[in-house]
Parts: sequence; structure tokens; C-alpha cells
Amino acid sequence: MTADTVTPPLPADDALARPAAPHGTGVRRRSRLGPGDPIAYGYAIGPVLLLLIWTAGSLAGWIDPRTLAPPWVVLQTLAELAQSGRLWDNFETSAWRALQGLFWGVLAGVVLGVVAGLSRLGEYLIDGPVQIKRAIPTLALIPILMLWLGIGESMKITTIALIAMVPIYIQTHDCLRSIDNRYLELSETLGVTKREFIRHVVLPGSLPGFLLGLRFAVTASWLALVVVEQVNSVSGIGYMIELARTYGQTEIIVVGLALYAVLGLGSDWLVRLLQKRVLKWRKTLDN
Amino acid sequence: MAQDTRQLNTPAASAEPVVRVRQLSRRFGERIILDRIDLDIRQGEFVALLGHSGSGKSTFLRALAGLDYAVEGDGGIAVPPQLSVVFQDARLLPWKSVLDNVAYGLRGPLPRQRAVDTLREVGLAGRERAWPGDLSGGEQQRVALARALVRSPQLLLADEPFGALDALTRLRMHDLLRRLCRHHQPAVLLVTHDVDEAIHLADRVLVLDHGRLTIDEPVRLPEGKAERLARIAALRGQLLAGLGVRDADDDAGAQAGEAAAAVKKAA
Repeated sequence: MTADTVTPPLPADDALARPAAPHGTGVRRRSRLGPGDPIAYGYAIGPVLLLLIWTAGSLAGWIDPRTLAPPWVVLQTLAELAQSGRLWDNFETSAWRALQGLFWGVLAGVVLGVVAGLSRLGEYLIDGPVQIKRAIPTLALIPILMLWLGIGESMKITTIALIAMVPIYIQTHDCLRSIDNRYLELSETLGVTKREFIRHVVLPGSLPGFLLGLRFAVTASWLALVVVEQVNSVSGIGYMIELARTYGQTEIIVVGLALYAVLGLGSDWLVRLLQKRVLKWRKTLDN
Repeated sequence: MAQDTRQLNTPAASAEPVVRVRQLSRRFGERIILDRIDLDIRQGEFVALLGHSGSGKSTFLRALAGLDYAVEGDGGIAVPPQLSVVFQDARLLPWKSVLDNVAYGLRGPLPRQRAVDTLREVGLAGRERAWPGDLSGGEQQRVALARALVRSPQLLLADEPFGALDALTRLRMHDLLRRLCRHHQPAVLLVTHDVDEAIHLADRVLVLDHGRLTIDEPVRLPEGKAERLARIAALRGQLLAGLGVRDADDDAGAQAGEAAAAVKKAA
């Protein structure tokens, strides 16, 4: 052993008696390993920064307007589109499609997830096909859905539902299966019925998974919308973008993209709000 | 699979035992956990079951609770239909308020009112709407106790319910449990590894060793203080010997002796 590795001697008494680093009396102390205190409207920081870079780049001439229209042109186009009513019509069509697709997707995901989670037979029947669906890219699925359902609304809604269903199914099923077995034992000693068990243990226990799945599903449904609206569509934000591409109108494309972004961000925020309200009982890094 | 004959009718006369176990055996593969155990527990009788960890005391309790469906074995068990289990962990549903946890699956008239009343009994009036995660360990275990008692059990099975609590909270919980059991008069089987807890709480103590009940002894503490202490010391010695442990006082003496010997040797 060298002298370097020898344990240093105990500090002298006066060092121990000295008061520790000052603890501010009015200062709120925080957890050393936690993510830190929340800041009001903190979620807006990232998107606003992106917006600032875009504005600065356009002003300085680093961004060619033919590549990406500057923000003020986009805003102007937005105002024009809004005034002509074209924007609202397309938005309404798109939102209604996404909502319908999401509704059926969530319903199917929850039902399949709970059935597969609660019974072995259900899992054997359902899990395989869902995983197969997951492995097939949606774009590859569209041709066959078009053959089966035509190019109308039902094809679009079905595609969105199929895409939204997968994350809901996976998260709900997984969370349900990881519910602590001890609650099952407890419920058996309390003599509750299967129905009560599902209502009071299974469903609330898989709720965190469902809500996480919902966040994925909501975003996925907007993404699916983009895909289906650019295939044989005569209305919707995707159609508007597709048309603008033909005429080389980047400002309309950007309006469409910004609309998608706002919708995606807004719906994700709504689900997060729901998550916070419904999962009040959880003690996590978040609160 | 456990091949038990489970008789679900309650014996009418209170002199009759409410729990009857006959020739109960359980094994995990080749290893015999319980070896032909016979046991009767009368109404209102508080029985403590002592044993080493791994002695099979929890297996025995789970057999009585009907939770050992995956364990091989045979024998006869008759338990009353109204039975409640208190586990080592409070086992509260974290997404339900304290009140909803107590009322979970509760049958009969006015379940919520009864749950509120029982929470008051365990000293948690006013905490009905709290989340389990916001309670201390002792409070959580009191909620679990309320959930067990609100069902007016004829048999209360408790599997080391105070094992995870600190010493002071444990003492308070002992008093609470004793008062509640005197009042409600269920038959109680308390599984524990704490000899003092067993003597303090129970009317009768059992020691489970290698799958057999090797000691079955009434506690019967006398009135006078000196006699009482003497009886506790004697019982304590007997139980510790039954568990294959030397009494702490003897231990202290032995350790002092060993230390002295060691010093001598070193010198």
C-alpha cells in the first residue's frame, strides 16, 4: 500500500463543530436527483425557441424562401386561407376523420388489451395478430384497404383506427399484466366477484398504461391522417398540402404542417392534463 | 393441487372450535413443509404461531386462507366463511382512497357507513379521503386492520402484520389489536417470529418446527406483577428453546465468557 491510498485522519473537533453550508431559511430546498422544480409554461420553451430560430434565419437570409417561407408570409397566408373559409373546411374534415379513427382505435385497443390481459385464451387469439399488424407498415396496408373499402371515408377512418389501436393495446395489455399479483390474492380473500375485481383493480391498475398508450395513439392518429389524406382525397389538411405541392406554394405547405403541429401538440397536452387528473394518487418524479 | 375437504358451515355452539385442521400436509416438490398437522381454534381465542423463517408458518396460514392452490398436499381444513387476512404489507390499492379500500368488496347494508365507523375504531377518523401513499406505514397497516375487521370476521388470519413497522409503532399496534380482538371476539391466528409479541398478545402459543407443532402452550399470565414476570420469563425460555435459540440473557452471559476467553488467548 502506498501512502496515497491511506485513509485521511478524522477532522479535528473544531471542523466538526463548524456549522454546515448555510441553509437559506426562506429558500425552498429541492431533491438532488429529481428533475428540478417545474417552471410555469415551461413546455412552451422548446417550440418557441424553434420559432425564434426560424424567424431569425429568415430575417438574416440564411433560409431561402423557396425552401421554407418566412414566418410572416406563412401568417399572412394563414389569414387569407382563414378568411376564404378554405382553412376551416379542411381543418374540420381532418379533425373529424382523426377523431372518428381515434375513437374506434381506442375502443378496439382497450377491449382487445383487456381481453388479452384477463384470459389466456384471449391472449393466444389476439396477441399474435396485433403483433403482426404492428410489423406491417401502414403504407403497405393502404392498397389492400383501398381494394376492400374503396377510397372513401371508411377507408381513411379504418386506417387511422388500425394505427391508433396498436399503442393502446400494447400499453394497456402490458400494464394490466404487471398489476401486482398481491392484489389478486387480496381480492380472493375479500371474496369479491370477477366483475368487482375488473372494475376496482384491473381497470384502474391498467389506467396508467392506457393513458400512455393514448398519448401515442393521439399523435399517431394525426400522422395517419397525413398519409390517408394524401391518397385520393378532395378535402382535408393533407389534401391542401398536396395541392400546394403541385403549385410549389411552400407557405401553404408550412401552414398545413404548422396546423398538424398545433393539433398534435394540443391533443398531447390534453391527454397529459387528463393523465395528471386521473392519476393523482401516484407519487412519481412528475409531482 | 391441495385436496382439502372444506366445510363452509359455521359450528353453531361457541364451545365447538371454529377452526379445525386435521392431518394437514403440504410439500413443495420433495420438501415437506407441513407434516400431518392437527389444530383446533375456539371462538374468540387468540393463537400465535411461532417459527423460524422458512418453517412453514406462512404456508400454514395461506392454507387456512385458501390461498395455496398451487401447493401440493392433503388434509382436512374447516374454517368459518367469514374470514379476513391481514398481510405483512398493508396491501392497499394505491388508486383508491382509504375509505374505498376499507369498503372494497364489502357486502351488507350501508357499507360506507360501516367503513367510516371502523376507521374511527382504528384511530383514523378524518383520513377517509387520503390516498394510501400519503399515509405512514403504521397508518397503512391500521387501514388494513380496518378492512379486515369491517367484515366482522369469525377468523382473523394475520401474517406477521407488524414485521415491517418500527418498534414504537409496533407496540402501539399491539395494544390496538388486543383491544379490537377483545371487543370483536374473532378467533385469531397470528403468525410471527417475535416471541415477545406472541406472549404479549396471545392466549395460546404454538411453535412450528420441521413441519410439526412442537409446542402448544396456553399463555395464562397471573395477576401479581412478580408472578407475571416470572411466568413471562419461563414461557420465553421455553419458546426460545423450542425454536432452538438460547435466551438473550443466557446469550449475553455466554458472549461475555467468550470475550473473556478471547482476551485471555490474545494475551
